[in-house]
Amino acid sequence: MIEQPKNFGFGEDETMLRDSAAKFFSDHCTPDKIHRQVANNSNIHRNIECIWDKTLWRQIADLGWTAACVPESAGGIGMPLVAAVALAEEAGRAAFPSPLISTFNATFVLRECRTANANAALAEIASGKPMTLAITNQQGSWEPSDTDVLVDNGQLSGTAWFVQDARKAEGLIVSARSAAGVGLYYVAANAAGVLMTADGIIDLTRDQAHINFSGVNAIEVAAPGLGEIALAHALPAIQVVLAADMVGAGEWLLQTTVEYTNTRIQFDRPLGFFQAVKHPLVNVMLDIDRAKSLAYSAACAIDSDPERKDWATTRKLAHMAKANASDMAVFASSRAVQFHGGIGFTWECYVHLFFKRQMHNQMLFGDAKYHRAMLADMLIGKAS
Amino acid sequence: MADADRKDTPEQAEFRTYCQDWLAHNHPGKPPVRIPLGALELSDPKALTWLQAWQRSAFDAGLVGCDYPVEFGGGGRKNCQTIANQEMQRAKTPFFPNIIGLGMAAPTVLFHAQDSVKSDLLPRLFSGEDIWCQCFSEPGAGSDLANQQTFAERRGDSWVINGHKVWTSLAHFASWMILLCRTDKSDKYNGLSYFVVPIQTAIGKGVTVRPLIKMTGETGFNEVIFEDLVVEDRYRLDAVGAGWKVAMTTLSHERGAGELVTPAAGGMTQEDTKGANTGSPSALIELAKNSYRNGKTAADDPLIRDEIVKMMIRQEAFRQNQRRALVPQLIDHPMRIPLQNKLIGTEFNQDLAEIAYAIEGPASSLYLNDDNAPGGGEWQLAYMNSFGVTIAAGANEVQRNILAERVLGMPKSK
Repeated sequence: MIEQPKNFGFGEDETMLRDSAAKFFSDHCTPDKIHRQVANNSNIHRNIECIWDKTLWRQIADLGWTAACVPESAGGIGMPLVAAVALAEEAGRAAFPSPLISTFNATFVLRECRTANANAALAEIASGKPMTLAITNQQGSWEPSDTDVLVDNGQLSGTAWFVQDARKAEGLIVSARSAAGVGLYYVAANAAGVLMTADGIIDLTRDQAHINFSGVNAIEVAAPGLGEIALAHALPAIQVVLAADMVGAGEWLLQTTVEYTNTRIQFDRPLGFFQAVKHPLVNVMLDIDRAKSLAYSAACAIDSDPERKDWATTRKLAHMAKANASDMAVFASSRAVQFHGGIGFTWECYVHLFFKRQMHNQMLFGDAKYHRAMLADMLIGKAS
Repeated sequence: MADADRKDTPEQAEFRTYCQDWLAHNHPGKPPVRIPLGALELSDPKALTWLQAWQRSAFDAGLVGCDYPVEFGGGGRKNCQTIANQEMQRAKTPFFPNIIGLGMAAPTVLFHAQDSVKSDLLPRLFSGEDIWCQCFSEPGAGSDLANQQTFAERRGDSWVINGHKVWTSLAHFASWMILLCRTDKSDKYNGLSYFVVPIQTAIGKGVTVRPLIKMTGETGFNEVIFEDLVVEDRYRLDAVGAGWKVAMTTLSHERGAGELVTPAAGGMTQEDTKGANTGSPSALIELAKNSYRNGKTAADDPLIRDEIVKMMIRQEAFRQNQRRALVPQLIDHPMRIPLQNKLIGTEFNQDLAEIAYAIEGPASSLYLNDDNAPGGGEWQLAYMNSFGVTIAAGANEVQRNILAERVLGMPKSK
């Protein structure tokens, strides 16, 4: 057992960062503003757009959010993962359309590479360059060793699928296979031979694409064979940050629905008077609290064990956090739409922004059943 | 786990060593009869007698009532009950049988009774010589506790009590009871008063105790009928009409949120005695590995595996909730996690036992009276008994109302 701080390592600096993020979002990123921005066209057959506010991105980079989890040795601030978890929670609560989570994910992977090229990429993140991972194959596998991209002589060919925030990112971290195993490569998003095809996705606060590489010159950040190990080492942090995004969005859905059911009058009473409304909302709260406690404890486990001496515990907590948060995300969204009644089913009600973000988040890097199956192998033993 | 990183005061450290030494030499050993999961399930007088002897020896050694004043039979220490509890838990002792006395009556008596009543009653309560019961619930006052109909009428220096109480655990063994009843019919909350009542000596003379048999087949709780029972005024706690306030002292201690830590032994599991440890997901895994379905073990069945893992996630999340509850910067509302605990704990145990039922398959039909029952039949018993606690102490529906109203700020359902 690795010694962990009782407060999850969430001290004054982390609290200040979190509170300033909450203020930033309430000043600049209210649901009505986001709705005007990303939901201005409800036509299903609209052009696939990528809408986000680059000025806000510049501001959060200046506030140090992208540098937060970049090690000091690579030009970052070197804050613990719980800081990124708090930022992700606030970003989720605001349904923030930005490559913040994707850039965090790239950070977590690059931190595990421990090469000069990876550190150079980290320095660019610290100075505000948005990046994303291109590590998923067409089947949507979350296994670090699965990729449809091949590398030969420093050149990438093949297609990476389900790339998050692809059109917002300026740099891509691509997993690619050669005879010696899977390595990781840095490619500028606008490099010659990179062909990005936007996916028509439901979540209005993100963009997604599949990216074809045809003989693209790439910079190796982790050698063949070592790339998949770096990915595996980064996965718990990635899962936990996504869980935190879902916790924040879940809390917005809960509080907004409570507010609505307190004011909407039917049968001469506020809807929230009825236990058929009250009790499921309490269940949503229980679920959010579970997910939040697991997310902070998993982040703290990662922060407390950089040498991975108790890696099984860390992985267990991260799987638990993502599993719980994914189920919670679905539950909180469904209850929010249901209890908003007719208006909750419309495009004009802001609930759908969060509903769609939650449905996207719950599957990213593995849904609840996927993580529970992993946990079953760890905790019960493999099935025969 | 938690006490390792908490620093003891010098008094606590010294007392901890003392407890460890005493327990090393005075553990009561294996029980000669089946001991149920908890004191509220006690129905066998032999089990009670054995447990009373254990409580007596722990009291004589100073491990019970540590933080109560010396003049009332306590140890006069500061924050030491928690040390004794931790050490008894670690030594895997049996539980104390006088659970209502220790957890509910003692703090209420200490804070609201006359001094002569405290010195009369508390020492025998701590030693376990007097078993206590709680007469709060009535046929018409369950979740709506303030709807008390049992009536106490003033006659000179005494009160005459008439009424009907139900779900009274341990009344068949009890010498004393705490009683909430009505003294004024015109005011629902301010018309209540609170008494301690000698019950054993009044059986047949104004008090009738009849066992209510649980769905498990166990007795353990009862209905209590008062017919012109006379109680001295000195046994009234606090003012006439202050019963609701006094009851809140009782209930806050029952929920573990009171000023005093309840003396609580424990740690001896069913595995140490006979059957399965029905509170633990790891016991569920063991059960699954030894149960078969379709030619494989239940531990190989993907649906069973998923159910077990869900429980392990809930268990870990509960632990981490308790940890986060102590970190103010990660808490939105101070009561948000504490008020969830009763709900979460009781539903966890219920769901765990329900999965055990599924894992056992045909063998889940076997009960305590069959030698072939997996885990001694304890899972089946635990499943049925789990409904006692999802209903008692404020049914979980009421707990959800409390959370919705107090934490989420939703409108009151009345």
